[in-house]
Amino acid sequence: MDLGVSRRRKIVNVVMLSLSGVCTALVMGVLFFILGYLFWHGAKSLNWNFLTQVPKPSGQTGGGVANAIAGSAKVLLLATCIGVPIGFLAGVYLAEYSGKTFAFTIRYVVDLLNGVPSIVIGIVAYALVVRPMGHYSALAGGVALGIMMIPIAVRTTEEFLRSVPNSMREGAMALGATRARTIFTVVAPAAISGLISGMMLNLARVAGETAPLLFTALGNMFWSRGWLQPIATLPVTIYNYAIAPEEDLHQQAWAAGFVLLFLVLGINVTARMIIARGSASARR
Amino acid sequence: MATFRQQLAKEPAIAAEGSGVQKTALAVKLQAENLNFYYGKFQALHGISLSIVTYKITAFIGPSGCGKSTFLRTMNRMNETVRNTRVEGKLLLDGQDLREMDVTFVRRRVGMVFQKSNPFPKTIFDNVAYGLRVNGVRSRPVIEAAVERSLRRAALWDEVKDKLRKPASALSGGQQQRLCIARALAVEPEVLLLDEPCSALDPIATLKIEELLFQIKDITTIVIVTHNMQQAARLADYTGFFLMGKLIEFDDTRKIFQNPSKKETEDYVTGRFG
Repeated sequence: MDLGVSRRRKIVNVVMLSLSGVCTALVMGVLFFILGYLFWHGAKSLNWNFLTQVPKPSGQTGGGVANAIAGSAKVLLLATCIGVPIGFLAGVYLAEYSGKTFAFTIRYVVDLLNGVPSIVIGIVAYALVVRPMGHYSALAGGVALGIMMIPIAVRTTEEFLRSVPNSMREGAMALGATRARTIFTVVAPAAISGLISGMMLNLARVAGETAPLLFTALGNMFWSRGWLQPIATLPVTIYNYAIAPEEDLHQQAWAAGFVLLFLVLGINVTARMIIARGSASARR
Repeated sequence: MATFRQQLAKEPAIAAEGSGVQKTALAVKLQAENLNFYYGKFQALHGISLSIVTYKITAFIGPSGCGKSTFLRTMNRMNETVRNTRVEGKLLLDGQDLREMDVTFVRRRVGMVFQKSNPFPKTIFDNVAYGLRVNGVRSRPVIEAAVERSLRRAALWDEVKDKLRKPASALSGGQQQRLCIARALAVEPEVLLLDEPCSALDPIATLKIEELLFQIKDITTIVIVTHNMQQAARLADYTGFFLMGKLIEFDDTRKIFQNPSKKETEDYVTGRFG
């Protein structure tokens, strides 16, 4: 009987191990599959012109998404300027000042905000910016994505500030530093690599958002002038090209998807390298 | 080169409070009168009364949780950073109620070194300069002079003078603790509180710190909490024995270790408990 039980256990063990192994391989495979698939379909359009030219008038083939790449950068810059300071300062309050019950409430509300569908945030930005101004703009897109960045910015800030040992705070305050000064000259610098990389991951997360940009930044076939005009972005360009009838545009959509994914991965990898370097120097 | 204290003396508001004490024998620097301290409902200190004498080393000994660190941390109002705590009684610094002063000013006058060295994630130089900058010193030459002077007093200068721009985290544990002492000394505190400063250090690093404490007792009044009774016996002019939140006995160090008047003190210093 003992032999039977131990045999059964061995079989179960092997089955579970192989199952989790297969699933792990699947998870890893999905990313490479997506990358490969995008490259396969977009390869024909992926060339230097694609990265440096603006779209050709409808009916002609060729042209590129340079204006969308620049537009995404512009909108993301705006979003960072809006989302990061607000999220960071709220995170500072949450980690350093708020009492237990209030912190619980803040955290709860922030998590709810994080769960708000991105299309709803787009509507809010539409109501707040597009309606009063009377037209779509890069600013409206930046506001929409900025709002989307806030919850994660708050939580990353809180998490990394809390990871700074209390002895640092006491050391600074024992020298006569005020609480605010302690936070900005000792605690935040101690957490800086985590904060920067957290914000970059946050940025990478919203870089692919399409829904909130559809009726805020809108899109643009040309170079956009300034911050108050409609502007092309990569996700919206992909969307527009994908639903267009022309086969050439479909290919360009795949290629633009590849570019977008590549940029997001780039930001991600850089952020993780900063984290790794930060924790290595902290351990030293 | 003007020292930091002279620099501050130019600001009349601060000088008026800071220049009270002359270097006379047995002047009282800090005085506690019937001090009670509470963590929430738990009373951690019961009616502590004692005087800390200027330019002497005072040591507090006692078993873990006896309140000696808590008492130390009331003397620079560090306990205020802990939520839900309360102090009763009087605490006088040069005869003035410490609890009515501006808290950052109290902490500049009463410096502190912690159990675990806590260098900031900055360069060695910036660590030592931090207190000066926080207290409004901007002049580069003044800061440089103060950093060198403090590092010399903390017996660290020769080891770090060529790497002032290196991160403080690159130093050894003993060096880090001496850096923290230098950092505290840079603002020229009138009192230096040390909370078990050697508990994480090896004997050689401990010896270095004890030597430097002897060196700096000429310029600052030292209060040290220690678990190591030999350390108290070696270092201190006066020793207080805490037990369960009460100050059982406070006297000359020699008296405490050789001829204590209380049974509890005798039991503790002879190693019968604790």
